[in-house]
Amino acid sequence: MAGEKKGLQLLDFWVSPFGQRCRIALDEKALPYEYLEQDLGNKSELLLRSNPVHKKIPVLLHDGRPVCESLIIVQYIDEAFSSSSGKPPLLPSDPYARAQARFWADYVDKKVYDCGTRLWKTKGEPQQQARKEMVEILKTLEGALGDKPYFGGDEFGFVDVAFVPFTAWFLTYERYGEISVDKECPRLAAWAKRCGERESVNKNLSPPEKVYEFIGTLKKKFGIE
Amino acid sequence: MSPSTVKLIGAFGSPFAHRAEVALRLKGVPYELLLEELMISKSDLLLKHNPIHKKVPVLLHGARTICESLVIIEYIDEAFDGPAIMPTDPYERAMARFWAHFMDNKCAKPFMLSVWSEGEVQKGFLKEVKENLALLQAQLEGKRFFAGESIGYLDIVLCSLAHWLTVIEEATGVKLVADDEFPDLRRWAKEYTSNEIVKQCLPDRDQLLAFYTAHLERYKMIAKAMLQQ
Repeated sequence: MAGEKKGLQLLDFWVSPFGQRCRIALDEKALPYEYLEQDLGNKSELLLRSNPVHKKIPVLLHDGRPVCESLIIVQYIDEAFSSSSGKPPLLPSDPYARAQARFWADYVDKKVYDCGTRLWKTKGEPQQQARKEMVEILKTLEGALGDKPYFGGDEFGFVDVAFVPFTAWFLTYERYGEISVDKECPRLAAWAKRCGERESVNKNLSPPEKVYEFIGTLKKKFGIE
Repeated sequence: MSPSTVKLIGAFGSPFAHRAEVALRLKGVPYELLLEELMISKSDLLLKHNPIHKKVPVLLHGARTICESLVIIEYIDEAFDGPAIMPTDPYERAMARFWAHFMDNKCAKPFMLSVWSEGEVQKGFLKEVKENLALLQAQLEGKRFFAGESIGYLDIVLCSLAHWLTVIEEATGVKLVADDEFPDLRRWAKEYTSNEIVKQCLPDRDQLLAFYTAHLERYKMIAKAMLQQ
């Protein structure tokens, strides 16, 4: 068994939007946990033992048992602590609403991070392609949001948790991709602002300038102009 | 909820569509199967109901549309009565979902590229496939099925290992698994493919072999494109 410690621990990396999903979910449920910042350049024994398959963060340890993959962690938090936390569930109870939530969270996973990475990692034609794709992705998500305050409807839920950490990356996408989220997707921008007013989000998202700075450092490290 | 028509947009030979069919049959849900000819073109129906990914399977339940096979399986489990497909314990659910995600995100590409690529590149993928199979076999833990005594979520998700793997080996002439390797997985594959429910919607082996043989060039092209990404 990974660690034998009782309670909840989160192996994470400060700027990771995937890790932030878990932090937001834990805070939404008012669950106390120990945050353990990981050095990804020199992975700890605990991380390697807890996630031997992918060796990635985030990893949630619950009484020493690891759960890996951010969306799986969020669902686990929702299901394992549904009665004890007294807080509303992140996933709705209706099967079709749940299916739609899972579909859109999966869409965020499949599309946003990869395209975003290409925005700052590439130049010329590939970057133009990434720019076009990102606008399409954001518009598609805006379409899924519709006129609702949150993706799930009236309540902040699973898809909001899945996507909101990436709103801290909008500034980075805007600067590298020359995209204006406010202009292209005003309803999405409004949703981001609305989510930002929640304590769990406000507390756990990286300041956009810090994300931009971090990407700048990464680019230098990888020798990308 | 009053009974509504269930239709499944699938395609011959698709392990993803098979997943959805098994789930429906496990629950005893009658459905109409609409087959796409994906090698020719995608139907208007498919494009209308899955404009985002344009892929099979797509489940149509009354006015509802559900896409993505893993999402479909969980929907079927929750929307219909019948034996549970997902485990009930939250940790076991997380584990099942983890290995499903592993299969679809980490195994699919090396599996494809190990049979459709060549030379040194191929050797690397072959090694990765064996590592992945070892990890999956370990999850069996000597049980009859990944889910325990009867078929469950992970068994359905891993269906391509049970039936498609040897067909593709035969079609391509690439042996991924030696005859004495992964005995637990072999045993499980036999159990899975001989299950009464599964048999009803498993593509005929000879037809599947003919299908892959006929489309060898197409798959080689897809693999080449994957490599360049």
